[in-house]
Amino acid sequence: MEAKKLNLTLQIWRQKNSKSVGSFVEYKVQVSPDASFLEMLDEINNELEAKDQEAIHFESDCREGICGTCGLVINGRPHGPLQKIATCQLHMRNFKDGETIWVEPFRAKAFPVIKDLMVDRSGFDKILQAGGYVSVNTGGVPDANSIPIAKDQASLAMDAAACIGCGACVAACKNASAVLFVSAKVSQYALLPQGQPERYRRVERMVKVMDELGFGSCTNTYACEAECPKGISVSNIARMNREYVLAKVKSKEIVD
Amino acid sequence: MGWVFKFINSSIGKKFMMALTGSFLLIFLVIHLIGNLTLFFGADAFNAYVLTLDAIKPLIRIIEIVLLAAFVIHILNGTRLWISNKKAKGQRNQINGSPQNSDVFSRTMFLTGSIIFIFLVIHLGTFFWRFNVSDPMGFADEHQYYNMVVYFFNIWWYAVLYVIAMVLLGYHLNHGFQSAFQTFGWNHKKYTPWIKKIGTIYAIIMALGFAAMPLYFLLGGGN
Ligand code: HEM
Ligand code: SF4
Ligand code: FES
Repeated sequence: MEAKKLNLTLQIWRQKNSKSVGSFVEYKVQVSPDASFLEMLDEINNELEAKDQEAIHFESDCREGICGTCGLVINGRPHGPLQKIATCQLHMRNFKDGETIWVEPFRAKAFPVIKDLMVDRSGFDKILQAGGYVSVNTGGVPDANSIPIAKDQASLAMDAAACIGCGACVAACKNASAVLFVSAKVSQYALLPQGQPERYRRVERMVKVMDELGFGSCTNTYACEAECPKGISVSNIARMNREYVLAKVKSKEIVD
Repeated sequence: MGWVFKFINSSIGKKFMMALTGSFLLIFLVIHLIGNLTLFFGADAFNAYVLTLDAIKPLIRIIEIVLLAAFVIHILNGTRLWISNKKAKGQRNQINGSPQNSDVFSRTMFLTGSIIFIFLVIHLGTFFWRFNVSDPMGFADEHQYYNMVVYFFNIWWYAVLYVIAMVLLGYHLNHGFQSAFQTFGWNHKKYTPWIKKIGTIYAIIMALGFAAMPLYFLLGGGN
């Protein structure tokens, strides 16, 4: 038996392009509690297209919480009211019948709105290009597990590497700071032997690009950790602060 | 030298400067509170304390200069940080979800700091200026420092202003204490929960301790 449908009022941010001023548009919907948030938007879009109106633009790809492309601010919270899930993993049963839901794009100067709920997050790619890699020598294939790594160290690195680059941390932050993302990337390499050759250069370059792109300065509100779908810990931010200061003090290369 | 300036102008460097100056101020507050507790031991105790500080004036002057530098850097850099962060955010979401993902102390640092700044100007104008420069009412000339404090804290609105400022100082310290550790890169599964608790206890002691003085005299203490 199909569950009783929910009657919801949606206030969705519509914006023609990056230059125009957007506004909320109201949509009344009837939706199954089993539908995901994105499926509900799909349904609205089907109706809009049937009426020859322009669909609501939003991003998604995997729809199982691993790619990081989806990301909406739902009732003021990136990825909605639940913790440790991406927007695509949010289901309508978490909302009450008759509720009004406000849907907005991620907000940050460095994430300009492209259209409706879509924002340009290519800044993250630029940060990764600046240092989110390790150098690997060519030659014969090395034996697996030839470098011993302590279990807890490996676990910390894996926890940091769980970041899917969704940008919810930036959206949650009142300063639009990207440090949770950047520190997760810095940490996943800094914690492992393979990341050591570029250790200082990496953190200096990634922070430099992060600053140039106009992301804000962290003021330790920890809103990012609370909203991160992967539960990335703010202890990574402390690690990056440490790495950055050490790099500035110890590195012989002057990164300007 | 260029790299030093580049560091303190970076997003992390700006915070590092806040934490450095902020932690110095955290230590100063402890000493300031302990010294001022002599107020509760009567006129002789407090006047003697002020005269002791006077006797080691050269040392005190050096500390005052460092303190001034710490305040100026903290305030100017904090203002700059706040402005650049406002710019980085740009347009905010219409619905504010921040009460659900962060605490009020962390979100109001510039506000509480600004009110502390206003308080600081009034506070220095009242006591520092009269103790050190000139006192039109003549208390300082006769070493009647205690009576001067009693006089001001008997003005009800003055005492109330102090108490309000101290509550907000408590807000600032509650976030600032643990925040400085995080900024310095000291976050540890075992110790961070303790640091947060100690910071809250510190903030409560400072706010209550400093607020107790105007309240004590306003409510008729010391007579
Ligand atoms: C006795 C006075 C003060 C003490 C002990 C104090 C202490 C602190 C501490 C420990 C921090 C944390 C640093 C960090 O996050 O790493 C901080 C941050 C800050 N303070 Fe103060 N502060 C004082 C006065 C002021 C004043 C007068 C202002 C005026 C604007 C101010 C504005 C700020 C700002 C804007 C921040 C950064 C906020 C943030 O990063 O969240 N503070 N303060
Ligand atoms: S740290 Fe969390 S919120 Fe930020 S980009 Fe990575 S997964 Fe998304
Ligand atoms: S669509 Fe891939 S994480 Fe949501």
